[in-house]
Amino acid sequence: MTSAESSRGATGPVVSQSAGRFPSGADAFPHRDLLGIGLLARHEILYLLEEAEQWVALNRGAAKHTDRLAGLTVINAFFENSTRTLLSFEIAGKRLGADVVNMHAAQSSVKKGETLIDTAITLNAMRADAIVIRHGSSGAVALIADQVDCPVLNAGDGSHEHPTQALLDALALRHALGDRGQAGDDFTGRTITICGDVLHSRVARSNILCMQALGATVRVCAPPSLMPVGIEGMGVEPFHDFDRALAGTDVVMMLRLQTERMNGQFVPSAREYHHLYGLTARRLAQAAPDALVMHPGPMNRGVEIDSDVADMIDRSIITRQVEMGVAMRMACLDVLTRRRRRVEGWA
Amino acid sequence: MKQQRAIAIVAGRLVTPGGIREGSIRLVDGRIADFADARDGDEIVDAGGRLVAPGLVDLGVFAVDKPAFRFGGITRAALMPDQNPPLDYAARVNFIAKSGKPDLWVHPLAAATVGLAGRELAEIALMRDAGARAIATGRHWIADSGVMLRLLQYAAMLDLVVISHAEDGGLGGGAAATAGEIATRLGLPSAPAEAEALAAARDIALAELAGARLHLRQVTTRGALDLVRSAKARGVAVTAGVTPAHFMLSDLATMDFRTFARLSPPLRCEDDRQAVREAIADGTIDVIASGHDPHGPEDKRLPFADAAPGMAGAETLLPMTLTLVRDGVVDLPRAFDLMAGAPARMLGVEAGRLEPGTEADIVLIDPDRPWVIDCRKMAATAGNTPFDRQPAQGRATAVWKGGVRLS
Repeated sequence: MTSAESSRGATGPVVSQSAGRFPSGADAFPHRDLLGIGLLARHEILYLLEEAEQWVALNRGAAKHTDRLAGLTVINAFFENSTRTLLSFEIAGKRLGADVVNMHAAQSSVKKGETLIDTAITLNAMRADAIVIRHGSSGAVALIADQVDCPVLNAGDGSHEHPTQALLDALALRHALGDRGQAGDDFTGRTITICGDVLHSRVARSNILCMQALGATVRVCAPPSLMPVGIEGMGVEPFHDFDRALAGTDVVMMLRLQTERMNGQFVPSAREYHHLYGLTARRLAQAAPDALVMHPGPMNRGVEIDSDVADMIDRSIITRQVEMGVAMRMACLDVLTRRRRRVEGWA
Repeated sequence: MKQQRAIAIVAGRLVTPGGIREGSIRLVDGRIADFADARDGDEIVDAGGRLVAPGLVDLGVFAVDKPAFRFGGITRAALMPDQNPPLDYAARVNFIAKSGKPDLWVHPLAAATVGLAGRELAEIALMRDAGARAIATGRHWIADSGVMLRLLQYAAMLDLVVISHAEDGGLGGGAAATAGEIATRLGLPSAPAEAEALAAARDIALAELAGARLHLRQVTTRGALDLVRSAKARGVAVTAGVTPAHFMLSDLATMDFRTFARLSPPLRCEDDRQAVREAIADGTIDVIASGHDPHGPEDKRLPFADAAPGMAGAETLLPMTLTLVRDGVVDLPRAFDLMAGAPARMLGVEAGRLEPGTEADIVLIDPDRPWVIDCRKMAATAGNTPFDRQPAQGRATAVWKGGVRLS
């Protein structure tokens, strides 16, 4: 039995794969919070991926429940509207047996003028055992983490980071490659092209850091108006021509284009954007023959991606990303609460 | 509060426009009388070999903050018009002009446009007569070139300098950082450094056209500094200023989202920082000011882009500028011309230099005294300094305003 399983509420069929491959106990993941991929070492990313495998297995079974986090309170404080991420975290928390509370801060006292710090202090006083935060400003989650005593998980801060998205993307990719008999601990030798609104995308930033940490070569593709200055400083190769960016790529990761960016402020129109940057079946043919297609969702079908590509059974792993999202978030909640649960080796 | 007795500050190193001069200085009736030894009846102050320099004239502060100014050796401060309400009306200017006396002289800068909105010219002549010493566009650039040209023409007629914030609003609006790798990694809204050069180019062209005096309050990029350099070479009456943050820090200081480093203009890349130092050395930059803009936690304990820009700079102006002397960028007389002489000339006030006949605004400085900047222990109304926990060297140990000792 691994140290994780000796914790209060661990249940039968769930088996961690990480024993022996990583440092023992808290040395495997010494962080209190999960604020960004940029703060993680490669082995820590791999550890979280490995920990998620047990939850993939659980979620695929009939009884999708464990009481590992029984008695713990997880607060999902979303200062920015979200449906998918919130749902994913909520399901993750509930499947682990935690009491999950969703706080839609965009509709709460924040609108009455309560500062972010005050909100953090309030959440802290409610003795949450983990707080999941999404906020529209870069750095806001780290600011709150400084004010509270419990682990904080970044569910997206401004254009900065969205670490669990990158981790679930890595997990989905690893599974998809595994299904093809190409399993490996890393993505060395693979080329991943991220295309879309890189300028505003926290998903892009976290994925650049995560995929590079796992050995992949990362390309980014966007029109100049949506390409951040100095992005090559992050070790990626920038492209404006999508066809060139796709040449020989193993994975195409499309980004959602927000509706407000389509109205002539950043690109002339959705129609023109699709013409240059929409992933069509014809365009996908430029990539490696068996290239995989990813998208963090929700998709603008017919804008950044065509339906026939999004729904390709053998190439698109978009729904698998959603599936892995729950498992990955379960792993993050499990690992980050081990100190509080006084798990052996973590207390 | 007037000087009662003649004062002789003896055994000092006097920082005069002509160079460092060992000896004594006498202050009589609120003015510098001469560089002479003490006479009978004088109150004698032994400088003990420390620097005796003119009181600093801080060009473009956002708050009248006497304790911080006193700590920093500042005896006169030119107050930006960005007040609540803005200084766009003669009565307000008049009130502010009298507000700091006798121990601090505040020189209000008249708002260039009504409400600082950049659309209609404010009553500049009336404000001049009420005590304004210059005109300023405030925190923002005037986007309408027609308004800016008419402002410069009007200012030229009145012989007032126009102090402009050089940042193209279309590019810079909403930005919290300079576009580049750091801003990209942090996901911060950013504007290219060229936003400054664009604004500077237009304002210089319009000033040349109008024959006006233009001071670009903060020039922080290599591109804009080159424009100022070439304009000066062809005789345009343009001057440039900067605050210590832009010659001491680069955008690396924002890496941990620490909002004390949230400034306007934002911190630049290392190459621009070096360009500022070169421009200070070659005379392209004329003024170093504190940009004193204290903000409490309610404005600063926010996510980076949501926090108010600005730093409490009055206490660190002197030690940070003295680092330029230690680094050999400028000599001592030039350092004090940057902090006192040039701004005084720009404002047209008889101060800022040790010269018989000028106001006896004196600061006694221990240039080697080490101290640690600590945001929790600042004299300013708020401690939002990007130099927090940084060791510093050089400190004002005594200040006289009009011959009256303040500390």
